[in-house]
Amino acid sequence: MSDHPHEGAGSGRTTSPYTARIRAIEALLLEKGVLTEPEVQDSISYMEARSPANGAKLVARAWVDPDFKELLLSDGKGAASELGMDPEHPAEFVVVENTPQVHNLIVCTLCSCYPRAILGRPPDWYKSFAYRSRAVREPRAVMREFGFEPPEGVEVVVHDSTADVRYMVLPMRPPGTESMDEEALAGLVTRDSLVGVNVPRL
Amino acid sequence: MTFEPGDWVRVLPAEKPGHVRTPGYLKGKAGWIESFIGAFPNPEDLAYGLSGLPERPLYRVGFSQADLWDGYTGPVEDYLYADIYEHWLEPERGTT
Repeated sequence: MSDHPHEGAGSGRTTSPYTARIRAIEALLLEKGVLTEPEVQDSISYMEARSPANGAKLVARAWVDPDFKELLLSDGKGAASELGMDPEHPAEFVVVENTPQVHNLIVCTLCSCYPRAILGRPPDWYKSFAYRSRAVREPRAVMREFGFEPPEGVEVVVHDSTADVRYMVLPMRPPGTESMDEEALAGLVTRDSLVGVNVPRL
Repeated sequence: MTFEPGDWVRVLPAEKPGHVRTPGYLKGKAGWIESFIGAFPNPEDLAYGLSGLPERPLYRVGFSQADLWDGYTGPVEDYLYADIYEHWLEPERGTT
């Protein structure tokens, strides 16, 4: 068994100082017995088992089932459990609804809080200084760069995930999708639309 | 729990080093209590291996974007929510 399963990346591959640092910290934690290798692997498996597809399933079900939508908006973890997801995580999970009057945008200005228990890892741009600083200050300009402009008269509401709540957007069902089934609808729900930088489209 | 939904509050302009969950751009700004979220161990202590107890009340606080940023270019109706611990809030007087 290798002492260090991450070694052996091969010559010529560049490793950033951050990657080198985190590997050194991981190796120390293992060496000192703070973490075990199975715990590290479990943590990686936990993250890899989660993806924006979970969010898309929640949204599509809410679009076709008003009772489920009510549950999703009042008890996000309960709704996720009902669809067989494991939302257990110390943080709260709150879903905010886009309406013809209100468009929601999620950010974490302090770090990278994100509903990982449902959606897995956030995209790199979500963690960037540019997104974190601009999403609160000029949310409309940020959305425009993602290709979305809220219609005239729509209020933009930014949610800064500063503490113990993780947020996800319930986007509006696009027009022209009346004949689509739940699975097809889920296919329209992008990760970007769950953060609110864009909306689902046909 | 000290505040009720609809109460006006101001975020303390305090400086505290370390793992603080109150963003700098909200310090000194006034907003309204939107809702009480719950009580949680204080993350400012949890980050250093302490218990974080007693649990601290956490509120969803709303702010008008026009109040937060000079020259905000969006509509005056735009707003922002942040989740702020009670020990970072003081009652705001003179705002209706």
